[in-house]
This record gives sequence, C-alpha cells and structure tokens, in this order.
Amino acid sequence: MFRNQYDSDTTVWSPQGRLFQVEYAMEAVKQGAATVGLKSSDFAVLIALCRTSKDTNTLQRKIMPVDAHVGMSISGLTADARQVCQYMRTECMAYRHSYDSEFPIRRLVANLGNKLQATTQRYDRRPYGVGMLVAGYDEQGPHIFQVMPTANVLNCKAMAIGARSQSARTYLERNMEDFEGCTMDELICHGIQAIRGSLGHDDSSNLTINVAIVGKNLPFKMFTDAENHIYLTMAKVLGQPLSGEQDALSEGGMSDDEMLDQGPSGSGMPGNGASDADINASSSGH
Amino acid sequence: MYNNYNCLAQPLWQNGPVPGEFYNFTGGQTHIQKLPRELTTAGPYGTKHSTAAITTGSSVLGIRYDGGVMLAADTLVSYGSLARYQNIERVFKINKNILLGGSGDFADIQSIKRSIDQKMIEDQCCDDNIEMKPKSLASWMTRVLYNRRSRMNPLYIDVVVGGVDTEGTPYLANVDLRGRSHEDYVIATGFARHLAIPLVREKKPKDRDFTAVEASELIRTCMEVLYYRDTRNISQYTVGVCSANGCGVEGPFQVNENWTFAETIKGY
Repeated sequence: MFRNQYDSDTTVWSPQGRLFQVEYAMEAVKQGAATVGLKSSDFAVLIALCRTSKDTNTLQRKIMPVDAHVGMSISGLTADARQVCQYMRTECMAYRHSYDSEFPIRRLVANLGNKLQATTQRYDRRPYGVGMLVAGYDEQGPHIFQVMPTANVLNCKAMAIGARSQSARTYLERNMEDFEGCTMDELICHGIQAIRGSLGHDDSSNLTINVAIVGKNLPFKMFTDAENHIYLTMAKVLGQPLSGEQDALSEGGMSDDEMLDQGPSGSGMPGNGASDADINASSSGH
Repeated sequence: MYNNYNCLAQPLWQNGPVPGEFYNFTGGQTHIQKLPRELTTAGPYGTKHSTAAITTGSSVLGIRYDGGVMLAADTLVSYGSLARYQNIERVFKINKNILLGGSGDFADIQSIKRSIDQKMIEDQCCDDNIEMKPKSLASWMTRVLYNRRSRMNPLYIDVVVGGVDTEGTPYLANVDLRGRSHEDYVIATGFARHLAIPLVREKKPKDRDFTAVEASELIRTCMEVLYYRDTRNISQYTVGVCSANGCGVEGPFQVNENWTFAETIKGY
C-alpha cells in the first residue's frame, strides 16, 4: 500500500470516499495467521494456526474463551485482541449476574460492533487491528460471526480470516452444503482440511493447528494437544489427497502431510522424505 | 440505556460552565448554597427516605399449574384504610412469556413497571425475536431491589413474577423489597401469605402439579377468603393466565359474596 495525503487520521475521508486508516487496519488482520470457523446444526468449531517460537515454549493464544457458551479466535494484533476479549468477557459476566442467563450472541456481537465503530469516528482513537471469528451456541442455535476492524459484523455459515485464508475460504465455499448435517468429528475434519490450504511453506515448522468447539450441551472448550493430534490424524485419513498444484506450493519445504505427521508440538518423527508423488500415489507399495 | 450507541461519547468539555448553573469563574471560594438543615437532617424532625408506603395494593396470589401460571389480585389501591382507587389493575402482562403481580406501595410498582416496559421496548428494538424470560426478569429485579435496599431507599414492593420459559416450563417466583426471591408452586404476598398459602398447600396433590381447572378453582376460593377476612380488599379482582398458548389478563371478576352466615354469629 502506498502512502497518500488522506491517510494520516481516521477522521479524514479520501476523495473516493474511503477511510484509509480503517483499511490499513484490515491489513493488520491479513498479517495474522489464518483461522477458520464453521458450524453444523448442533456445533460451532474454530480452527486456528498458532505460531510457536523456537525460543519460548508458549503458544500464541489465538483462541480465547469468552463464556461457557461463546469463544473467539483472532487474527491480527494480539494486544488489541486481549482488550476486545476482556470487554466481551465482562459483558457476558455482567449479563449473567443481572439476568441469570447467557448473553444472546447476536446481541453481544452487535454491542461489540458498536464499540468498534466508535473507534473509527474519533480523531483521538484508532481502529482495533484485530479480526475475530466469534463462535457460540445459544437458544437460537450455533453461530459464527466475523467481526472486522471496520466494525462490520457478519453472520456466517463458515468463514476464514488471516494470511493466505483465500484457499481456506474456497474450500469452505465448495463444501458448505455438507456442514449442516455433519457430526462433530466430520465438522472438525472439514475445518482442518480447510486450514491446510493456508499453510505456507516458509513458516510451516512453527505452526500448529488448534481446535475449539462449542455446541448443544457442550460448553466452549479448547482441545488439548492429545485431542488435537487425534483430529489431525483423522483429517489426514478422511481428507482428499493434495492436488498437483498444491504440491508445487510445498516444494522446497515440508509437504502438508509431513507437517501433519509431526504433530502439534512439532517434535514428532520427521517425515520419511519420500517425494510428494509417492505419498499421494494410489498404487500399493507402502 | 442508549442501546450502546456512542457509549464512548465524552462530554464536550470538562470543569467548565454548566448551562443553568453558577460557574465559579474566579476559582476562589464560592458561597455554596446550602439547603436548610431541616431538609437534610435524617431523623424524627427531619426528612429521611420513606419506609412507609402511602398508596398500597393488598395481596397478590400466584399458582403454578401443569401448563403455566395464574396470578390473581384484587383491583383496589388503598390510601391507608380508605378504599381510594377501586378499579386498578395490579396484574400486568409484561411480554408474551411473563406476568407481574404487584403489591405494596403502588407508586413504586408503577415506577418499576415503567423501567420494565422500557426494557421490553429495547428488546423489541433489537428485532431478533428474543424475548426476556421470567427467570431473567426476576433475577434483574432482585439486583435492582437489593441495590435500593442497600442504599436505605427501598422500593416498597412485594411482587409475584410468573410465566413460561422457551420450553414451556412454568416459572413462579416472589421478589420482595429486600431483593429476596424464592420459587414455588404457590406464591402470595400480603395477607394472602397467611390466608391463602395454607389453603393451596392443603389441596396440592403429592405426586403431580395442579391442573388448570384446579388452579382456577383455588384462585376463586382464595380470593373469596381474602375478601371476607382482609380488610384492605374488595370483591372485584383480575386474573392473569400465562401458558405456552398465550398470556393475558382476564377479568374483572366478582367474588360470590354471601353474608348470610353473619346472622349466625353471636352479637351480630
């Protein structure tokens, strides 16, 4: 993006009717690692690619529980995300204290949208540089909401945001019709399949896939490493083999299959180094 | 209250002039107008927040049956011992799931009902078909009333909240001026607590809920007893019914008065 004379303040319009600061905030979302959200008739699932650092042992927390019935995954500035998460948790807690019931998720994200909008209209504040996928289950069923720094709140059947998320979105669009009737396991596998497309080849040794789920009679929970590994294996078995085009993307680094073999902590056995063509061959010999 | 619009709006200026008020331009000592001591002292010769009710509604009775709830209250608001307003509805339909029966200071009932109506309008403005449930309203009322009592300025009310939740399960609870709340199959305030509750408990089948017919029969009997024995009741009353099929206030009904037994009383 190039600098121009209309992008110094949030409160400056460009002659084309654009707010550049808000659009630049959207760019911050695209810098974050990808995350995918999708729902069936009974469950809503969040999958996130978390960056680990070789020096420290802690995972970047991309999935944040908000309340028993709602959680979110983020892409963008984690500091901004923590503020937003804190706001949502406070709102949910206050609602439970006053009304002895869970905050309807549509209203929660509507309030969040209003809060974000205020930051796009003041000269002394900047938009939050974080995009969120809010997943929840309430009386009206499962929900996936996409919230962006522009304060747009979208009700989605499935959505992916973050770096290289277009391939994830394409997968979701292609398989959208099946999600409604999926079981919990199938839904998670679809999500993992979707996010595989967003694995680049440069950072892939540092990325782990984390899963969280909420649904009917199932409070929001993030899976442990062991459970993540189970679903990764399941997705690999159920998933379609990579097309030739996608193999080309992973040339020069680990292929997706090898990365999945390594497991979430990245310390599993390395792949056998066989060529991609061999791994995906349908002929016997393995 | 503003539906979260502009919740981050800051005042246009701070520490500056306020329209209509005296602005301390020099910043020096101001001669602050003090209210006379009679109006600020608490105690027998001054003012204090009133804990006495002025215009009062008498009892409210609520009974839970298998399909919903019924709330009954007479239509009298008394001014001390004077039967001042004789045609006042004290059972209100709040939304399609909730009924509210109010007793105690009637001005306070009207005040809290106004707040509740505002909440219902906010719900409608959200336009998402989510209506408040009776349990949530009762919980909210306990928070408000407890806050008022802790500030030594109570809303002097004793209400019955009844209704059905989304699955059609009936809910019946009492919320009082201290912020106390409890749920039961029969809830009563005022004199009905002493006269009606034992009657209803006696008739309650051990293993099941009341049927609608049993419940309305009990209401009729209890309102009759209350009219005969509570000196702050009249013979006209309304009944609110809330079930999965709908919610509304019916009436006014009349108690079947029969004072011929009075002649059997010695000294009559």
